[in-house]
Formats: sequence, structure tokens, C-alpha cells
Amino acid sequence: MIKTVGLRKSFGNNHVLRGIDVAIKPHEVVVVIGPSGSGKSTFLRCLNLLEKPSSGQVFFRGHCITDPHVNVNEVRREMGMVFQRFNLFPHMSVIDNITLGPMKVRGVSLEEAKQTARDLLRKVGIAEKEKDYPSELSGGQQQRVAIARALAMKPMAMLFDEATSALDPEMIGEVLDVIRRLAEEGMTMVVVTHEMGFAREVGDRVLFMDEGVIVEEGTPEQVLGKPQNPRTQAFLSKVL
Amino acid sequence: MALDFSIIPGIIPALLLGTRLTIELAVIAVAIGLVIGSFAGIARVGGSNVARIVTGVYVDFIRGTPLLVQLFLVYFGLPTLIRRPVPPFIAAITAMGVNSGAYIAEIVRAGIQSVDRGQMEAARSLGLTYSQSMRYIIFPQALRRIIPPLGNEFIAMLKDSSLVSVIALEELLRKGQVVITRTFRPFEVYMVVALIYLAMTLAISRLVAWSERRLRVVD
Repeated sequence: MIKTVGLRKSFGNNHVLRGIDVAIKPHEVVVVIGPSGSGKSTFLRCLNLLEKPSSGQVFFRGHCITDPHVNVNEVRREMGMVFQRFNLFPHMSVIDNITLGPMKVRGVSLEEAKQTARDLLRKVGIAEKEKDYPSELSGGQQQRVAIARALAMKPMAMLFDEATSALDPEMIGEVLDVIRRLAEEGMTMVVVTHEMGFAREVGDRVLFMDEGVIVEEGTPEQVLGKPQNPRTQAFLSKVL
Repeated sequence: MALDFSIIPGIIPALLLGTRLTIELAVIAVAIGLVIGSFAGIARVGGSNVARIVTGVYVDFIRGTPLLVQLFLVYFGLPTLIRRPVPPFIAAITAMGVNSGAYIAEIVRAGIQSVDRGQMEAARSLGLTYSQSMRYIIFPQALRRIIPPLGNEFIAMLKDSSLVSVIALEELLRKGQVVITRTFRPFEVYMVVALIYLAMTLAISRLVAWSERRLRVVD
């Protein structure tokens, strides 16, 4: 469903991605791990073109979306993204946060958008908060709203950029539960995370990135259980 | 020579007339400034390279030269170019409006840039276009941060409008001067003039402080 070929990204002289080739199949959950600064967030942000790749190609459902003629807005609506710092719209209530995208981008009616939003809020376990503003919610609740906001677009894939890194420890579980349930429902997902236990549990495949390349990849058992590369071993010995 | 406050009641009506013109000048100037400044401010953030350069030069020129010089350029300079006189009121609101526009452009630019980058990213990642993101996500948040400094800009214009007294517009300061030729009481008259300015600016700064509390950004 998503494929990158020779993906590179540099910020000035800082070569963050040095050639990434990945193919993600429908319904697959790919977990990306690696030390800070290894390029995993940049990789994720290149997939929906929040970052413009310096070279290489990104394909989505067979179409080369790095082609300058492609309408990026049409691609992004099919790929939901969840950010480390939630990025909810602070001037809008929870329900307005969720209905904005479907109404403005997909042209869904207010009634239908609200219905979808309420279903999703129930699904992420905060149906009673629809009239609240983001500042009135806990971090875990905000992140669940952010997930509902992304899902409201009925995307074909979801990208999670360290979705639990900014959360207090007691709230991590409730967000991981939601992501886990999405995985069970068969959502195609790319998950950048520091939660190794979670990676092992939900990941169909784990990519270990370091210094802008994929150092090792395989099933969670292979990469997390029996890492072959010394860099993977060094990283895992520090975080496990 | 002792102070003589008995003249004050007699001069108030004339000064209030001038006050009215002062307020009109400031309101019209800031209104013009708001239109110019909104476009220029947006252009400085999201415009083409040409638009950025043009608005940059405009802002630098206005902020780097005295308003009095700008006023003379319009009132004395422009007539030689267009071969017809510019009425004082038109000259005043033109110079003040264009001046205010530059300052407001900077206020608008700062307001837009103060919105967290993640807001634009979140909006774009939903598939909203750049202009939709600006309209629904960035501007509403920027506006809350723009309103208080706009109040300060209005105060500045209110005070700076006294400069147009030199082109014979009978605003508050000029009215004071006229009254002095009648009463020969410069200290008392200028004191009253100063207090009228003070009353207006204090009222507005209170309003600004109140709006700052009301609009405190939640995030």
C-alpha cells in the first residue's frame, strides 16, 4: 500500500534519511524503532509529504506521490496522522476538531460528520467529552481525540509519530489500547514508538533505524528477540 | 503669574471639537491600516518572493522614517506630482493609514507566526489545503493574539495624530493652539489637552488589558 524507493532527506548538510526502501502491505502494522535522531519521525513525515523528500520516491496505492503533479491533499486525506504533541485545534471543541476534516475535505454533511464523530468518540472511550475544549482534557484524552480526528477521514492507513511519548506514564495504556484495537481491525499502520513491549505485541514487522538507514528488519521476535546487527543489539540493551 | 483654572470651562467645547477630529483621524487611519496591514502581513508570511520583498521594503521604509516626513511627502510632495492640491484631511488619513498599515502588517505577521507549527501540520495532514488551513485553523488562533497589540497601535495613532496639527487640521492639539491665541494661557490649555489625550489612552489601554484576559490563548 505504501512503498518508498531510495528515500533520502537532508536538512542542509544534515543527512537525516540516507536511502530508505520499504514496502508496507495492506493491513500490515509496521513498527519503527531506533534511537533519537535516527530519522524515524522524518521517515514517517515523508510518507504523507509533510516533509518533502530530497530524492527518491514514495508510492501510495501504486501511484508515485512524490511526482510534482500529484495533488498532495488528495493523498493526505487517505493517510491519518497522529502526532507526539497531539496538535488538536485549541480554539475548537472536541467534536468540531473531529468534524472539520470530513466536512471541509470530503464534503460530508454536518449531521453525518457529527454522527461519525460521536461513534469514534465512543470507540476511543470519551463520548461524554464532545463539547469540551482540548485544554480541558488530560493528555491521554487529547491523544484519543487526535486519533478520532484522524479516523474521521476514513483513511486507508494511519501514521503514528511517537503518539505516547508526550504522555504521563499512567495515560500511555489508554492510548495504546486504542491503537491496538485499530491493529486488530486490520488498519494499515506505521507506528514510530519507544514502547518496545507494544512493538512486540502489535507489530507484524519491526524496522530498526539508525543514522538514516534501516539497519535491521523482521518480525518482532527476530528483531527484538534475536537481533543480529551489533547496532540493534546495543540499542535494545539500553532500552529493554 | 499664577495658574488660572477659571478659563477651563470656556475652552472645553472647542477642545472637544478637536478631540472628535482626533478620534476620527485615528479610527480611519487604523481602519485603513487594518486593510493594508492584513494583506501585507499575510503576504510577508505566505506570499510569493516578490510579494515578500515588496511588503518588506514597505514595512522597513515606513518604520524607518518619521511619520512627520511621510505626512509632508503626501501633503507637500504629492501635489507637485499629481498637479493638484491634496486636502489636509485626505493627506492626514493617507499618511497615517499607510503608516499604520506597516505596523499592523508586523502585528499580523507576528500573530500568524506565533501559532504553533504543529497546527498547520495537523490541518494539512487531514487533507485541508493551505488556504483552508489558514482560514479555519491559523487565522482564528492568530486573531486572539493580534487584538491586544492592535489596541496599542490605536493608542499610538491617537497620539501621533497630533502631528497633523502642522498641516492646519484642527484636531485636539491644533484646537489647543487656537484657544491659546484667544486666552493667552498656554500652560493651562496644554495641560487640559494632555489630560484629554491621557483619558483616551488610559481608557483604551484598560480595554486592551481586559481583552488580553478575555482572549488568553488556551492550549
